[in-house]
Amino acid sequence: MKLVRKPLVMAATAALLLAAGSAQAQKGETVKIAWIDPLSGLMAPVGQNQVKTFQFLAEHFNKSNPAGVKFEIIPIDNKLSPAESLNALKAAIDQGARFITQGNGSSVALALVDAVNKHNERNPGKEVIYLNHAAVDPDLTNSKCSYWHFRFDADTSMKMEALTTFMKDQADVKKVYLINQNYSHGHQVSKFAKEIMARKRPDVQFVGDDLHPLAQVKDFAPYVAKIKASGADTVITGNWGSDLTLLIKAANDAGLNVKFYTYYASVSGAPTAIGAAGAGRVYMVAYGHSNMPGAFGKLSDEFKAKFNDDLYTQDVYNELLAVSEAMAKAKSTDPVKVAAAMEGLKFKGFNGEVEIRKADHQMQQGLFISVWQKTDAKNKYSVENTGYTFAPVKAYDAYVASTPTSCQMKRP
Amino acid sequence: MLSSGLTLIFSMMGVLNFAHASFYMVGAYAAYTLTGVIGFTASLVVSPLLVGALGALFERTALRRVHKFGHVPELLITFGLSYVVGEVVALVWGRSPLTFDPPLWLQGPAFTIVQSAVRGLSVVAGAAPAELCSGVGDACTRFPMTRAFMALVALGMLASLWLLLTRTRIGLVIQAALTHPEMAEALGHNVPRVFMLVFGSGCALAGLAGVIGGVTFVTEPNMANIGPIIFAVIVIGGMGSLSGAFVGSLVVGLLQTLPLTVDANGVDVFRHLGLAIGPDSPLFPLLRIKLSETAQILPYLMLVLILIFRPKGLLGTRES
Repeated sequence: MKLVRKPLVMAATAALLLAAGSAQAQKGETVKIAWIDPLSGLMAPVGQNQVKTFQFLAEHFNKSNPAGVKFEIIPIDNKLSPAESLNALKAAIDQGARFITQGNGSSVALALVDAVNKHNERNPGKEVIYLNHAAVDPDLTNSKCSYWHFRFDADTSMKMEALTTFMKDQADVKKVYLINQNYSHGHQVSKFAKEIMARKRPDVQFVGDDLHPLAQVKDFAPYVAKIKASGADTVITGNWGSDLTLLIKAANDAGLNVKFYTYYASVSGAPTAIGAAGAGRVYMVAYGHSNMPGAFGKLSDEFKAKFNDDLYTQDVYNELLAVSEAMAKAKSTDPVKVAAAMEGLKFKGFNGEVEIRKADHQMQQGLFISVWQKTDAKNKYSVENTGYTFAPVKAYDAYVASTPTSCQMKRP
Repeated sequence: MLSSGLTLIFSMMGVLNFAHASFYMVGAYAAYTLTGVIGFTASLVVSPLLVGALGALFERTALRRVHKFGHVPELLITFGLSYVVGEVVALVWGRSPLTFDPPLWLQGPAFTIVQSAVRGLSVVAGAAPAELCSGVGDACTRFPMTRAFMALVALGMLASLWLLLTRTRIGLVIQAALTHPEMAEALGHNVPRVFMLVFGSGCALAGLAGVIGGVTFVTEPNMANIGPIIFAVIVIGGMGSLSGAFVGSLVVGLLQTLPLTVDANGVDVFRHLGLAIGPDSPLFPLLRIKLSETAQILPYLMLVLILIFRPKGLLGTRES
């Protein structure tokens, strides 16, 4: 028996195991969450806003959360590059983070999922959980799904289901132009738009389908000229950050009179670019809108008062709450136990009842279609202090937007 | 615009300035800061002068020392400078884009092209009245004021440079100092100072381009990444030729934008020739790419072709 040589270690281990077994062992523990997203380059404003969002909501939950843990956010800049993100992941693990979160760019997300899988396979006992708050490529919960990955945003196909359900009743949608970023997410938006539209409104024509480099284009004038020439009345775009801001800016400069159906019109910079010229012409599909009622609405106002910025990455609330709920359920902060507890977890999020689907770890939640309009008595929140807001026009229950999954998950 | 400044420095001094785009960026940031203090119109003048002074200072303190060692050290020192400037800008102004909006007189459309089913094409100054654009078959395309201003300034810059170099005494001295420095010195001209002034002016032109580029596009630390495209312009247009820089910038501009409007790909070309290409044909992954998606690399392809077939560029004067 070699083990007898180390009675101290044995005793300590036993003590730890006993402690983990006792009730509410996780209370008061610090949970480090490494935030890996861009803080430099064209997408920096998005990253900077989201760091603030995470820190603000972590502070909010540190006052009280179901598990009684303390969240600590460690921001690491990945420059929107998959290669940099892998270094960031190593740095995060070295700093003792067992939870990582990322969202900007499915290109990065796919690289991270792969790295997390490998790390967890090679380092049993040091597992890491990947909390995805915004990377919406459906592959992440289908062909490339992972037990360690949890997505709190609705994926491209779910958003497109909701968006097209709304668009099919809009008589003025006849000619649609697709413009997207040339990477996995943009490809998926274009693919699902064509597929689902053909099913719901076969009479709708697609008059253009453009892909442009991600976070590189500074001048969208040629693309806008092309949209104009195509005679489109509607543009569907999954663009975000600078790629949406500059696109809308160029469209307004050229006086392009089309309706925009977007995924991310509320993200930093875009609302200001849309301005008064886009009133009633820009729609957004998302898990929320600018004027969420109740406690979350108050949080948004607090955020605005503190940072003079918008809290648009609203699912961070659900993400932190889910982690805390799962920790309370597992009575532990150990990622292995937390992952098991998160599967099939149902709780009340900021946008109603939500569920983390066990089959693929995709959050099932209701979706909203909102439109850009002047603030009024019902919709008071002024986005980026423009005097305009995203007012909800339609809410869809979780089952409407739910899409099937082909995930063959390998469970440890 | 940028190219004219670079071609001035390169053709006149034989210095390949890698940091040229950095001076462009500094121009935009300086104007951003100054606009809050003295207003945009004044900073349109002050920023380029400031950038020019910085450029002259750099020439006086660093470039002059390595000038005698030849082209490679010059290239390396400007290359190093471009990194230093990039990091300093990020430190001072942060890494995120700034909201740098044009002043009121540069906002709104310069003119509107009205396509009408009845009246055909017409151009209206400013924004067209709504009734012109609302009819059936009518379409209006606005041309933003910032772009019109940019085009005007660029043309003005090229014209004044050309006049300065070929029609004035200063221009003659500059040309003489650059081609026959010893002779010019013997005739009593201060050649190092001429070099400093030329480099400074080239940087000032970059700064001016930066001010206008900053309000039209985005003011952020990656602005300086346009370096490669300027070199493409210079090489395609021809080294040491102002008219070449003009032609080169037109060619590159057209190469970057025109293909965007063509959605055809290799498969369509073969279809026209009567050959069907399917997903399993060889080369399909290459042929599937649309012309509009390749627009970004066409200028560089052109650059390579020019270097192979006509190394001195379209209107170039130098063989080396």
